[in-house]
Amino acid sequence: MPSRRPGFLISFPNASLASTDVVEFRNVSFGYGERAVLDGVSFAVPKGKVTALMGASGGGKTTTLRLIGGQARAQHGQVLFAGQDIAGLDMPALYAARRRMGMLFQFGALFTDMSVFDNVAFPLREHTPLPEALVRDIVLMKLDAVGLRGARDLMPSEVSGGMARRVALARAIALDPELVMYDEPFSGLDPISLGTAARLIRRLNDTLGLTSIVVSHDLEETLRIAVHVVILANGAVAAQGAPDEVRHSTDPLVHQFVNALAEGPVRFHYPALSVEQDFGNADGGRA
Amino acid sequence: MSWWKPADVGFAVRSSLADLGLGARLFLRLLGPGARSLRRFALVRDQIHFLGNYSLAIIAVSGLFVGFVLGLQGYYTLQRYGSGEALGLLVALSLVRELGPVVAALLFAGRAGTSLTAEIGLMKAGEQLSAMEMMAVDPVQRILAPRFWAGVITMPLLAAVFSAVGVIGGYVVGVLLLGVDTGAFWGQMQGGVDVWRDVGNGVIKSLVFGITVTFIALLQGYTARPTPEGVSRATTRTVVTASLAVLGLDFLLTAMMFSI
Repeated sequence: MPSRRPGFLISFPNASLASTDVVEFRNVSFGYGERAVLDGVSFAVPKGKVTALMGASGGGKTTTLRLIGGQARAQHGQVLFAGQDIAGLDMPALYAARRRMGMLFQFGALFTDMSVFDNVAFPLREHTPLPEALVRDIVLMKLDAVGLRGARDLMPSEVSGGMARRVALARAIALDPELVMYDEPFSGLDPISLGTAARLIRRLNDTLGLTSIVVSHDLEETLRIAVHVVILANGAVAAQGAPDEVRHSTDPLVHQFVNALAEGPVRFHYPALSVEQDFGNADGGRA
Repeated sequence: MSWWKPADVGFAVRSSLADLGLGARLFLRLLGPGARSLRRFALVRDQIHFLGNYSLAIIAVSGLFVGFVLGLQGYYTLQRYGSGEALGLLVALSLVRELGPVVAALLFAGRAGTSLTAEIGLMKAGEQLSAMEMMAVDPVQRILAPRFWAGVITMPLLAAVFSAVGVIGGYVVGVLLLGVDTGAFWGQMQGGVDVWRDVGNGVIKSLVFGITVTFIALLQGYTARPTPEGVSRATTRTVVTASLAVLGLDFLLTAMMFSI
């Protein structure tokens, strides 16, 4: 009996990857100008699982993804991808590392001058010498995985927001990456698209053997599909663990977040002068 | 009114130097590694089509009218000295040496330069350039370089079209309307225009303008702030900067070419 052939697999999962963590943050600090976004953050993303990265808006979640992709460099600490320090890579090595990642941007970031088909074919045509017939088959397989095989000829302006994100997802997995990062995949979606997107992320993760990082603040959907949850608040890791552990955490920060409370350790008010200083004398009278 | 503090001066100098360095690095990347995009000629070809074809109408119409005006004004002046037959030479030399490259470059900046800036700026605003980087594709190589080389190739062609149509315009006004002798019109032109000194000068100028205008347009788009306001400002800056650069460079090039 002939041995089974690997079929359409383009890149094999990296066998040399000894560690079980695909991404690891070691005491990472990062800030824009004076403002510190991340301050001594450490966490790990286990291989083959969906890790949710949650936290309030402006809490450094998107920055975290930019650090993993090497689009920003940590000012202190290390960001390890497959055991390599991303900040220490030169351009060719960084590009080689990026070929092993896929990233889904918040609004899809599809190339508006190309059809859905060409968008998904783009990474294949840029990085592989595959003949056009094979590119076509792979693109249609990827589009089929996100349920949009029939939308191949549409332009990005002709698809809805939810569909655009699914096309972007097909594009992100076109080269069979080891790691897929989702930046706010649920924001602005209606409940049906939202549920579809969430199930799709989990299904693709499990069937394709990916590792996924989902940045989101949509609590219910994210906790449903995630295996590992990291909650960032005020620039630090407030909690991490399984969804149930996080849900029942007694930590005041986490408690505030999972119960959607307005007041708590995460401040409602942007830092300001005291109310007395802004509205009147500190001793209560008018100035 | 407060005076500038030394720290402000230092900051202004440092940020201008940083901008200059950024521009120079982008220019070198377009010239050096960017030249590899010529090997994927389909990408450059598409951009030549986009930049050239869509600028063709405005270039041809403008060239025709500039030719008309040259015919009228040239005839008016030359006739005073009784040398109306030299009109063909005057029209051709003015167009080929000067007006063709310069006016075509100004029109190119307004027509194609702005669309390049807006396109790149909006791609940046839509995170398309970031997405490309994350797919391990360098946007400078894949997006900017083909457009740059397409602009460099297109500009001399457009300037040539401008000059050719302008000569026809001069012919229509001079010969058909004002009654300059046909044989004298073409004969003087043929005898007086030198391929290397005159046409060559024009081609060199239009090449330099093509590099300048396209580079400015791409740089403005690439460094635009990714907001609607940022893209609109960048588009305006493209027209202003590119036009001034073309006119300034034209003086320098003309002065240099006269001295050779």
